[in-house]
Amino acid sequence: MSSSPRPRMTGVGRVLVIVYAIMALAATGRSFVQIAQRFDEAPLAYTLSAASAVVYILATLALVFAGSRGWYITAWVAICFELLGVLVIGTLSLLLPELFAHPTVWSWFGMGYLFVPLVLPFFGIWWLATHRPGESAEAKDAAAAAVAS
Amino acid sequence: MILWFTIAQIVVAVAAGLLCMVLGLAGRRPSDLSVAGLALLELLLVMQIVIAIIAPFAGNPPTGSLLEFWVYLVSAALIPPAAVAWALLERSRWSTVIMGVAALAVAVMVWRMQAIWTIQVA
Repeated sequence: MSSSPRPRMTGVGRVLVIVYAIMALAATGRSFVQIAQRFDEAPLAYTLSAASAVVYILATLALVFAGSRGWYITAWVAICFELLGVLVIGTLSLLLPELFAHPTVWSWFGMGYLFVPLVLPFFGIWWLATHRPGESAEAKDAAAAAVAS
Repeated sequence: MILWFTIAQIVVAVAAGLLCMVLGLAGRRPSDLSVAGLALLELLLVMQIVIAIIAPFAGNPPTGSLLEFWVYLVSAALIPPAAVAWALLERSRWSTVIMGVAALAVAVMVWRMQAIWTIQVA
């Protein structure tokens, strides 16, 4: 590996980023079409669609740059919001179907996306919890010092 | 869209996706084989773009939103090259897994495209 000063995402974390990027792409594309073509039909659902797209984009970026402290916190906020979103919207879409008759990424707990939106935040939280910024770099320094001495 | 061609795309996408997932999780780095799977998928997607341009003039118009269809098609066509570019930049086992995830995502999107073109539920 290269010895870049900022630790870059490696290994399974990269897969997580790609899945987030694909979700961001899917949510952005869908909300763009919904808002461009028939925003009047269900303003609430389509606004939520757009909001979820923004959250996925933010989460993708934050995971990529999670090495720095600010982005690490951003990643936590985005992923927790995402988890909250899929749980709340998922429940509301079952209780108040007339409000959410027009699908968003989070309707019916993300069923239209093979439940990926429901599973993804848990992976995200697991990854963030096991990859705190600075920790891996410190561990490497300690290992290097142990080898040198 | 043409049904048999859609099925061909989904079969190739799922096969390439599973192959890459298995190879990647087995610890293989991106190889000619796994990249070739994605290249074949991309070739089919480019053919699909040509078909989608010609089909409405050949008596096979879409029943759903053409805009939504094209958003899906363009996104799907961008995913395999992006995944392969990533695999060429970082030659690790996880890049092979990423190509697998990308191919499976394309399979779902192609299915959605077929549904937009032919079936209208709402």
